[in-house]
Amino acid sequence: MSSSQKKAICLYFEVHQPFRLRRYRFFDMGHEHYYYDDYTNESIMRKIADNSYLPANKIILDLLNKHKGKFKVTFSLTGIVIDQFRLYAPEVLDSFRELAKTGYVEFLAETNSHSLASLKNRELFMRQVNIHREKMIEYLGVEPQSIRNTELIYSDEIGNWMADMGFKATVTEGAKHILGWKSPNYLYCNAINPRLKVLLRNYSLSDDIAFRFSNHDWSGYPLTSDKYASWINDAAPSADIINIFMDYETFGEHQKKDTGIFDFLKHFPDSVLKSTPFTFMTVSEIADKFQPVSVLHVPSPISWADEERDLTAWMGNDLQTAAVEKLYSLAERVSRSGSEPLMRDWIYLQSSDHFYYMSTKFFSDGDVHAYFNPYENPYQAFLNYMNILSDFELRLNASVPLSHAELTTQNLSAAIEARDEIISKLEDKITKLEKKVESGKKREKEAKGELIKSAKKVSVAVEKPKEKKSTAAKKSTETGKAKKVKTVTGKKK
Amino acid sequence: MRVLMFGWEFPPHIAGGLGTASYGLTRGLASLEGMEVLFVVPKAWGDEDQDVVRLIGANTIPVAYKRIKYLNLLREVSKIEVYSKLVPYTAPEDFWKMTRSQVSDTDVLLKTNVQGKVDFSGTYGSSLMEEIQSYSVVASVIATENDFDVIHAHDWLAYPAGIAAKAVSGKPLVIHVHATDFDRSGGNVNPAVYKIEKEGMDFADKVITVSNLTRDIVINKYGINPGKVTTVYNAVEPMQVKETVKPARGFDEKIVTFLGRITMQKGPEYFIEAAKMVLSRMPNVRFVMAGSGDMMEKMIRRAASLRITDRFYFTGFLKGNDVFEMLGMSDVYVMPSVSEPFGISPLEAMQSNVPVIISKQSGVAEVLTHAVKVDFWDIEAMADAIYGILTYPALSRMFVTNGKEEVEKLKWERAARQVRDIYAETTK
Repeated sequence: MSSSQKKAICLYFEVHQPFRLRRYRFFDMGHEHYYYDDYTNESIMRKIADNSYLPANKIILDLLNKHKGKFKVTFSLTGIVIDQFRLYAPEVLDSFRELAKTGYVEFLAETNSHSLASLKNRELFMRQVNIHREKMIEYLGVEPQSIRNTELIYSDEIGNWMADMGFKATVTEGAKHILGWKSPNYLYCNAINPRLKVLLRNYSLSDDIAFRFSNHDWSGYPLTSDKYASWINDAAPSADIINIFMDYETFGEHQKKDTGIFDFLKHFPDSVLKSTPFTFMTVSEIADKFQPVSVLHVPSPISWADEERDLTAWMGNDLQTAAVEKLYSLAERVSRSGSEPLMRDWIYLQSSDHFYYMSTKFFSDGDVHAYFNPYENPYQAFLNYMNILSDFELRLNASVPLSHAELTTQNLSAAIEARDEIISKLEDKITKLEKKVESGKKREKEAKGELIKSAKKVSVAVEKPKEKKSTAAKKSTETGKAKKVKTVTGKKK
Repeated sequence: MRVLMFGWEFPPHIAGGLGTASYGLTRGLASLEGMEVLFVVPKAWGDEDQDVVRLIGANTIPVAYKRIKYLNLLREVSKIEVYSKLVPYTAPEDFWKMTRSQVSDTDVLLKTNVQGKVDFSGTYGSSLMEEIQSYSVVASVIATENDFDVIHAHDWLAYPAGIAAKAVSGKPLVIHVHATDFDRSGGNVNPAVYKIEKEGMDFADKVITVSNLTRDIVINKYGINPGKVTTVYNAVEPMQVKETVKPARGFDEKIVTFLGRITMQKGPEYFIEAAKMVLSRMPNVRFVMAGSGDMMEKMIRRAASLRITDRFYFTGFLKGNDVFEMLGMSDVYVMPSVSEPFGISPLEAMQSNVPVIISKQSGVAEVLTHAVKVDFWDIEAMADAIYGILTYPALSRMFVTNGKEEVEKLKWERAARQVRDIYAETTK
């Protein structure tokens, strides 16, 4: 359909590290208001900066200068990772700024906290995106034109909010259950507001690099840039755009340096430009230059996480929903408080990673969940987070006391909850009693039936006394079988 | 395959986990095709459940004038003379000398009653050592009179019996280590007990341990060849369905329970210290220490000195249904054992819908995922976990539902199948 049109590859990398929380016991509540494990955060950030961010940025800078506009990349930096760069690795922030200066790099907007606010409400989401937008202008000198949501969470409604905020395009997962027969290799648009273009991740080609690159058992191993370019070329007849999205830590951290990942990155643009009809474009550029082929319907949120590509990585169990609900029940009052330290903790406590650590999928296929996970198991993650949140609430209560109306609603809803519990208990009792009555009736019937039968038997026995004897014998052998072995204690063989 | 199994206790006459475990395993074995178990205990009471197993009480075997053939010694016949009057022998060491020197036709002295049978108490009384030895002599009698393919002895009390049975029959011996004296004594090992344990392990063709924790002790402390030691985790009998009605509590407060012998091995003092920490922040919670033991008085004094006795209760020893009633009332079950080879009781708590906190120094921690695991000495972590489970209902709910599911998968049949494979290796 678009043979005359250019074909584009979109490389997009997510850059994020959470503020990991320190071990926080319940008796720290009310005494200790510092929640972060500085040592872990600093050492992890230093390690990733040295293994991944700095060398990868250097390679990309060289590539950008070398190809002069034929090679382009898109990044998203969360507000939290920017704070961590400022604290622990300012040179990384400098190197990103240098990338921005080339003009060949796009930076996307997102929620400042890498949060799940988009699942709560529009206002919260927009406020956090605006904070992030300002941060990008301040630290990277660019104003984002397009946006991505935390872990590529997307739905029609969220897309509509993004369009309302004036963004051109967004990126999300090319989830099979959304696409059906459709291909992720074309541009789509939002179902409510078609002004917002939607780019879908080609998860097969993306994961070839992100997950399979160093897997010796994989048929594609070893993956060279030429081999990868030939796969892209194979896809060309049925593709306008190929979206390769992944964590930036893939380079040097998930895939270590000795796997040859950096060499792959170095030669990748050359291989593609030489042997395929594709060029590189950023997200917004694609939104400008391509026409959407269709509307994309995503009624309930999708993401790029886990096999399911849904929200279960963060809201998949009781622990997670309880924690998320508790957190966002405080949102309204936090915004009223205006207290600086409270606001800072509010930002860091929202990062979706805290809920990711509580995933019980951890037990089965949690390799990815275990990555830099500071907790032994989801229970510990929950316990620690809830203790911190309780302390946060205590501070919030001191700063913004619950108003009379709020107190009353709280009491009333508690009363309603208690009532509900009583009702459900009574309902259980009723069903149980009903069952009992039913089974009683059944037994009565059976008893009647047996009575009739035995009455018949008696009459038969009277007529044929011989037959009765044989049935009795049968019966006795049956009872003998029922008990496997039964010998009197101490009886000798 | 026929198994001659030596135990010390059999339900309902049990004092601890040993009886429960050996009974569960026996039931599991009996459910397998072609397995037959002959279970020997020192004293049979007559009311034991014999549905799936033939039970022999050593106290019912007349041992007078039995001729015993020692196969592996190539000596045709030697004779055990059993005196009908009490003839006490001096020391365990002498006894062992005597049994060892049977080749030279030394008579063994044994206490019997007028019927020529040995009176066993089957308990853990003061004459324990004596009983263990008598048990082994009777075991050799039983071994000559029965036909079997493999011998299986549970815990040190029955090791000598297993050795004796192997000596007369030449059949392979499997010993099952439910605990070692390192667990029971906290390091102050009784040399006599150690000797019996070590001898059992040395004589055995295969050693089964109830956890890798115990396996390491057997290998490192007893110097046993790792190749012959295999871990087979315990399981739990499916619970009878009747626990739907939770016993009334009489007050609207949370209950945290410790259930077990109040001895050093079980770590009761850590439970009390954790209780103190929780009580200083949470008013509406009560702690229960159910059980008895040599540290009970000390624990009561400690609770009193911490000024928490108004919220800390000692119930004494619970048995039978009381145990499940106590569990039914509990909101959290804590097992802070210092050294626990396995520990079946947390599994019973999970069956009763109670979240459990267990020490990392327990064998059961190796098989459980849906339990809080803390170091026994880490009272802060223990207190924090107690507080969390009591405070955050979502956490408690997750533990209850996932825990129940998990514990239902721990079946004795699975353990029995592993044991059967071990038998097969010895008879190869």
